[in-house]
Parts: sequence; C-alpha cells; structure tokens
Amino acid sequence: MASADHTDHGLVTSTGVSNEKLGMWVFLGSECLLFGGLISSFLLYKNRSGTSSLHERPHDLYDLAFTSISSFVLLMSSLTMVLAVSAIQRGELRNTRVWLGVTALLGSIFISGQVYEFKEFLNAGYGFTHSPAWSAFFALTGFHGVHVSLGIVMLLSAIGLTLTGRIGRGQAESVEIVGLYWHFVDVVWVIIFTVVYLIK
Amino acid sequence: MSVDANTVTLDHGAGAHPTDKLFIKTAVLLAVVTAVEVAWSYLPWQDWGDSRALYFAEVGGLLAMMAFKFFVVASVFMHLKFDRKILTGVFYFGVVIAVVVYLAVLSTFHFFTGGGSVLPH
Repeated sequence: MASADHTDHGLVTSTGVSNEKLGMWVFLGSECLLFGGLISSFLLYKNRSGTSSLHERPHDLYDLAFTSISSFVLLMSSLTMVLAVSAIQRGELRNTRVWLGVTALLGSIFISGQVYEFKEFLNAGYGFTHSPAWSAFFALTGFHGVHVSLGIVMLLSAIGLTLTGRIGRGQAESVEIVGLYWHFVDVVWVIIFTVVYLIK
Repeated sequence: MSVDANTVTLDHGAGAHPTDKLFIKTAVLLAVVTAVEVAWSYLPWQDWGDSRALYFAEVGGLLAMMAFKFFVVASVFMHLKFDRKILTGVFYFGVVIAVVVYLAVLSTFHFFTGGGSVLPH
C-alpha cells in the first residue's frame, strides 16, 4: 500500500495527508471561487447580446448534440484517469502509461471540439468582444479549455516521468495529484454543460 | 499510525480502497445520467404550458442531475469517499463558500427576480 512507501521515507504531517496532496485540494477549493465568478458572470450577461445586426445569444447557436458528445468524452476521460491511478498504485507502469495516454487523447478530443465550436462562432461573426453575452461565454469556456490543456500537459509529463523511471509505485501519489486536477476539470465541465448549454 | 500527539504517518486513505469495477460502474452511471440530462433538455417543455411548476421541473431536474454527477465524481473518482475527512472538508469548504458568495452576487443583481436592469447592455 502507498502509505508504507511514505512511512519508509519517514514523512510525517499533523494531518496524515502529504503536503502536496493537501495543497492540491486547497488549490481546487480555491478554484471553485474562480469558476463560480465566471459562471455567475455568464448567468448575469447571457441575454445581453448587443445592439448590432448580429444579435443572437450564445444559446441560440449551440450545437447541443456536438457538445453532448464532447461532454461524454471528457466524462469518460475521468474513468481512464482513475484507472491510471489504480494501475500505478498496483505498480503496473505499462498500464499506467496506457491509461494516462488515453486520458490525454480524450482530453485532446474535447479541446479539438471546443476549438471547432469557437471557430464556428467566430465564422458566424460572434467574437470575444461582440457583446457582454459572448464575452462571458468565451471567458468561461475558454478558461476551462486552458485548464484542460494544462491537464493534458501534466498527463504527458507524468507519462514522460514514468518512462524515465522518476515516477514508480513509490511515487504513485504524484499521479494521484494529477488525477485530482483532471477530475476537478471534469466536474467543472459537468456544471458548465448544464448551466451554459442545457438550461435555456 | 500515530507518531506523537501532533503528527501521524502519511496515509492515502482512511477506509477501504475502491476497485476498478466500482470505477467502471460509476462511469456507466454517469453516462446514463448525462444521457437523461440531454434528453430532459430536449423535452418540449414550452408545448406543455407556461406555468412556474413546469419551469421549476425543467431547471430543477437539470440542476439536481448536475449536482448528483458533481457529488459522484468527487466522492468516487476523486476518492473523497475513501480518503481522509479533512480533504472532504477542505474541498467542500471552497464549494460552499463559492456557492454562497455567488448566490449573493446574483441576488444583488436581481438575477432571481428577472430584473438584471442594473447591468449595462
């Protein structure tokens, strides 16, 4: 079990949780405030579509079927991520790399879908500065996209570290911490998908 | 395992470790709920009338499913259910603070009363 590894290194804390892991949870708790602000801004501005001839709101142009598939892809990436954490805790490095790779691939598919969606909106004449509604939409989904992209970088780094032997069973917590970040990005999308796309 | 009165050895979990089977079952459950969510949003709510009850059923149903998915991912995939309680406290403290603060912000801007007139166009 991983706790034995920590005990071997003689690490102790007053909480029984490593500082790195506790730090990630504190960071994720604070991220709730960031995304809460962006979601609130979107809710306040979503009907402020401007006064120009192009006055459609974001939810007038959504392709719900397309976004539903993207959401499903991101949701399934949480499964592959948790399987990667399980694999490294069992010391199965090859399986860990496979699951981390699949997670990064699913994340990339999600980001590609988001880029495609943004491009469609831009082609229709709706950019970041078009109106408050579109600014709020791009800020919220764009910030989330940046988080997913950072997560992909973290996943690829973790794969690289397992290849060079710097992450093994004894450092399973490093993969777990990357996983926490990835799952958080997923739960934020769970909220965005409902609040921004499904509720009209 | 206690070391002294103030320190304990690091431990990954306070309870039983989940299995891969549980993760797969959870993913299937989340996929089903997502499918129901999408189907729910396609229902012809407006054709059924214009009452507040229908509006609350439509929006309330979606919010309930969203909250369920959030809780399931945090509990199972993020291991909060199996890990030390302090982590649950740290995370949900952030969640609760965010919800309370931004409900206050939305109320200040008359979001729930359909106003929002204090905002510029």
